[in-house]
Amino acid sequence: MMAPLLDLITGYWWDLRDLSNLSRMIYGRLDDWGFPDWSIYVISGMLGTLGIVSFIGGVAIINIWVERRVVGRMQSRLGPNRLGPFGLLQPVADAIKLMQKEVLQPASAPGLIYTVAPIAFTVPGIAVFAVIPWGRHMVLASLDVGLLYILGMSSLAVLSVFMAGYSSNNKYSLFGAMRVIAMLVSYEIPIVVGLLGVVLFAGTMDLQGIVLFQEDNWAFMVMLQPLAFLIYFFAISAELNRTPADIAEAESEIVGGYHTEYSGMKFGLFYAAELINAVSVSAIIATLFLGGWWMYELDELVPGWMIFIGKVYGVYFLFVWTRGTLPRFRIDQLLAFAWKWLTPMAIINVVVVAAEVLVWEESGWSAGFWIPVFIAVNGALTGALVVGFVKFFAPKFQRFPTRPRFYPDIDVPSLPAVTGAEFMAKGGQA
Amino acid sequence: MPIKVEPVEVNIGPQHPSTHGVFRMVAKIDGERIVDVKMVVGYLHRSMEKLAEERTFTQNIPFTDRMDYLAAMSGNLGYCLSVEKLADIEVPERAQYLRVIFGELQRVASHCMATGAFINDCGAWQTPVMWCFRDRERVLDLFEMTCGARLTTNYMRIGGVAFDIPDEFLPALDKLVNDELPKAFEEYEELIVGNEIIMMRARDVGVVTPELAINASLSGPMLRSAGIPWDIRKADPYCVYDRMKFDIPVGYNGDSYDRMTIRIEEMKQSLRIIRQAVGDLPGGSHKTDVPLAIRPPVGEAYSRVESPKGELGFYVVSDGGPAPYRWHVRAPSLINLSVLREMTVGQTIADAIVTLGSIDINVGELDR
Repeated sequence: MMAPLLDLITGYWWDLRDLSNLSRMIYGRLDDWGFPDWSIYVISGMLGTLGIVSFIGGVAIINIWVERRVVGRMQSRLGPNRLGPFGLLQPVADAIKLMQKEVLQPASAPGLIYTVAPIAFTVPGIAVFAVIPWGRHMVLASLDVGLLYILGMSSLAVLSVFMAGYSSNNKYSLFGAMRVIAMLVSYEIPIVVGLLGVVLFAGTMDLQGIVLFQEDNWAFMVMLQPLAFLIYFFAISAELNRTPADIAEAESEIVGGYHTEYSGMKFGLFYAAELINAVSVSAIIATLFLGGWWMYELDELVPGWMIFIGKVYGVYFLFVWTRGTLPRFRIDQLLAFAWKWLTPMAIINVVVVAAEVLVWEESGWSAGFWIPVFIAVNGALTGALVVGFVKFFAPKFQRFPTRPRFYPDIDVPSLPAVTGAEFMAKGGQA
Repeated sequence: MPIKVEPVEVNIGPQHPSTHGVFRMVAKIDGERIVDVKMVVGYLHRSMEKLAEERTFTQNIPFTDRMDYLAAMSGNLGYCLSVEKLADIEVPERAQYLRVIFGELQRVASHCMATGAFINDCGAWQTPVMWCFRDRERVLDLFEMTCGARLTTNYMRIGGVAFDIPDEFLPALDKLVNDELPKAFEEYEELIVGNEIIMMRARDVGVVTPELAINASLSGPMLRSAGIPWDIRKADPYCVYDRMKFDIPVGYNGDSYDRMTIRIEEMKQSLRIIRQAVGDLPGGSHKTDVPLAIRPPVGEAYSRVESPKGELGFYVVSDGGPAPYRWHVRAPSLINLSVLREMTVGQTIADAIVTLGSIDINVGELDR
């Protein structure tokens, strides 16, 4: 019934489901006009970049409002609601205010590093989008090592945080920088090893290939790899400096961490880049684990890029939710969590997945048989490991009950009386 | 060749997001560990004790609002008790019950703030503090209904309270005490007390041993967390606390987590006291007639109340004139803070912030 209707748009430039038709039309026209091949290559790249960057710019503006509004709801208050309808113009006001502010720079800060850091922090979050597929034919740079590129880029952001913290010449900033480096060293490992499971299953590092694998096998990667999803989610939220792992900017401890000394639009860049990084990580999770633009049969009707944006915002909501809910870990607890739990889990996951892929290939049976089996096995494994962790390996803080005792029911302790002389003899220590 | 290292001195405060005012903590830090802590107080010193010598006894009541501005009622109450003791003034029954009701409501408000701010110090992103504010606002609404002010209430008077409660007060209090706050405390229990991250952050952090607690003259939740059941309301009852039934929550380990759970439990006990006080609330006058420029006889008096922070004592000396000859305040914030060094040395910066939050200082009271 839908088929004749779909025929009306399929393959034409007004086909919203696939914006690549539009660009293909433009390239064809340019070719007709006799532009050389290399210039068409350049122009197509520019067009795609323009689209992505404008999308990210819009997202950064809108997400300021989204995050403040959603968190406001969680905090039983309204959030920004004065400027424009529903307070939608609040980000504009924020930006104007930040631009008007004087940019103060510590006299002892090395100017170049100090200036470059916010820019270097912003770039990776945007650059990640180059390899992310938006639709069946919509991917700007289809790299064979797309995942490797993403991992490299996300590490770069952490390096720029270190640049900012180090160059500010401020003790709080230096603390933030040190913490970031400690965290980078610890959390890169579970991230990489955890994602290895995804790569083993898909057999490719190309993100489009990973999406197509999920389409072929009719299952989201999060079903096949729930453990990898959990590991990646926790680890990347640490790398993103979001609660419960925002130790690098820990407001209540080290004021602002690495961006203590930044003001004006330099701070604004950090602020925006934090939102952009969250969105780009959401996009990575949506692509790797939630099928990207593919959504069973739905992507035949709804544009794939809309499905993709919907998934991105779903994951982004998870990030906002954890941020609005959880307190912060201490740095040693955070690092212990990476080394004692996430890394071993990631290694177990890789071993299991490798065995499964081997069995799959050797048996010669179809994916239709193996995929449900793997879903069941990996789901059970994840459940067992999480329950086991909570039961046996979680630190024992339950030595005492969570409810206090009551006076009429307890004995008053009889304490040895300490004289003033004894007290002083012990150096004033009781 | 060994690398030369030396501890870094970091100023935590006076302008820091989590010093609860303008308190300065100079921490000497080796990596993330704290080697030494120096406390610098006095940024909010307003010389209230000296100023009080120039004002009449009644005019001094607003000063007590502005000391612990999060528990103004307790300050009012403690001061009025001391002057009444000095001048030997009989307070009507109704006023005593109203004082208990408002003192306990103030305890709920202050502990709400303390709990929320404590979890904020643990690093939660404003959410718990906002939820606690929601419940605190409900209490403050009742204050506003009664005496027109929310924070600096200036409600107690020498010889009673300033105003009788309005007609709509008791229904609103009933709704608050029997419906809204118990539900809110259930939420706290679910979301805060059972939270593993809070446990990891607060257990064994900022431990006070019973010996240290007694020797340092700590009071309030700080002392009770160390396992010592000492509460002025039981030990030296004032107003009509000797007629109330309530329990004193006592901790196990003397750490920050115990202090938090004790505060949450104390709020529940406060509700219990309020229910009893409302049930027994007698009629009659809310105030005895005391001259505005009261001239107590020559002498001195010390009276203490269990403020949310601990033992709040007022020492008043009169030379027979209309103003106190000497006025001294035993501020629990200052004395509870005095063990900060013992509590924080050897821990990390993050722990020090959590410890400071769990002491629940109020710099207005600390510096006076």
